[in-house]
Amino acid sequence: MVEWTEQERSIINGIFANLDYDDVGAKALCRCLIVYPWTQRYFGAFGNLYNAEAIKTNPNIAAHGVKILHGLDRAVKNMDNIKATYAELSVLHSEKLHVDPDNFKLLSDCLTIVIAARLGSSFTPETQAAWQKFLAVVVSALGRQYH
Amino acid sequence: MTSLTAKDKATVKAFWAQVSGKAEDIGKDALGRMLIVYPQTKTYFAHWKDLGPNSAPVKKHGMTVMGGVADAVTKIDDLTAGLLSLSELHAFTLRIDPQNFKVCSCCQVSLRLQRLFVCLFCSHAFTFNSCFVPQILAHNILVVLAIMFPTEFTPEVHVCMDKFLAALARALAEKYR
Repeated sequence: MVEWTEQERSIINGIFANLDYDDVGAKALCRCLIVYPWTQRYFGAFGNLYNAEAIKTNPNIAAHGVKILHGLDRAVKNMDNIKATYAELSVLHSEKLHVDPDNFKLLSDCLTIVIAARLGSSFTPETQAAWQKFLAVVVSALGRQYH
Repeated sequence: MTSLTAKDKATVKAFWAQVSGKAEDIGKDALGRMLIVYPQTKTYFAHWKDLGPNSAPVKKHGMTVMGGVADAVTKIDDLTAGLLSLSELHAFTLRIDPQNFKVCSCCQVSLRLQRLFVCLFCSHAFTFNSCFVPQILAHNILVVLAIMFPTEFTPEVHVCMDKFLAALARALAEKYR
């Protein structure tokens, strides 16, 4: 069972309360597809991913990035039970989407970079630690039901 | 992992020219951050009493590290040769606990000294979990670059810098065994 301090809860809730989902979600997924190009294998049906410009202007990718980011909302609301909260989603990613769970960490790193760029100096080391801990728990929960 | 293309090198050099003025601040912030966000890395700096971000030796070492990165940019065409003496220093001074060694499941080559995600020898993709300070530090350098240069640190720059820091870490690991 993951222990969260009051400060960590406050940091995570604070980030999500002020989050521009449309901007951050789109940017995070784009960045992932550009920085780790092999992740493009999951988006064959999304249209033109031929180069960075194409990826950045692809509306399907942007929309999907926003969808993924909203997927984190449930973890924020259920921080004390993220593993159970994502059990079904984990099965989906494994059985239906066939996503290698190593990729979750790649996307979470890109999300961290995008959040850091948005928050600037208010992305303090303590904020970064709480944020990365939160994402690590999410990533672990999403990989939990793979077999 | 692929080596740096001519375009990668040009991107790294161009971006570095823009940010090198802040190199010391980048180094201080990145190292300070690493010690807080990845507490296991503090074990390598137990000889300093104060490991907080305002600690003088932490700041000084952050500057030293970025000096090394700056130097590596100038030697980007042959990092292995250029970083040979630094590699020997890290290999014999750091003495990483070999219990952290992992091997690639298909070719058995040690993953301990390799970059994330792709075995250099067999291209098998995997997750790399052990504490390898240069790799963790690289992540924190990227975070600080995103904070300080949000406009310039585009995804295209990000991928080149990530590849460069990975190549740098590999060159540093050259002399470990």
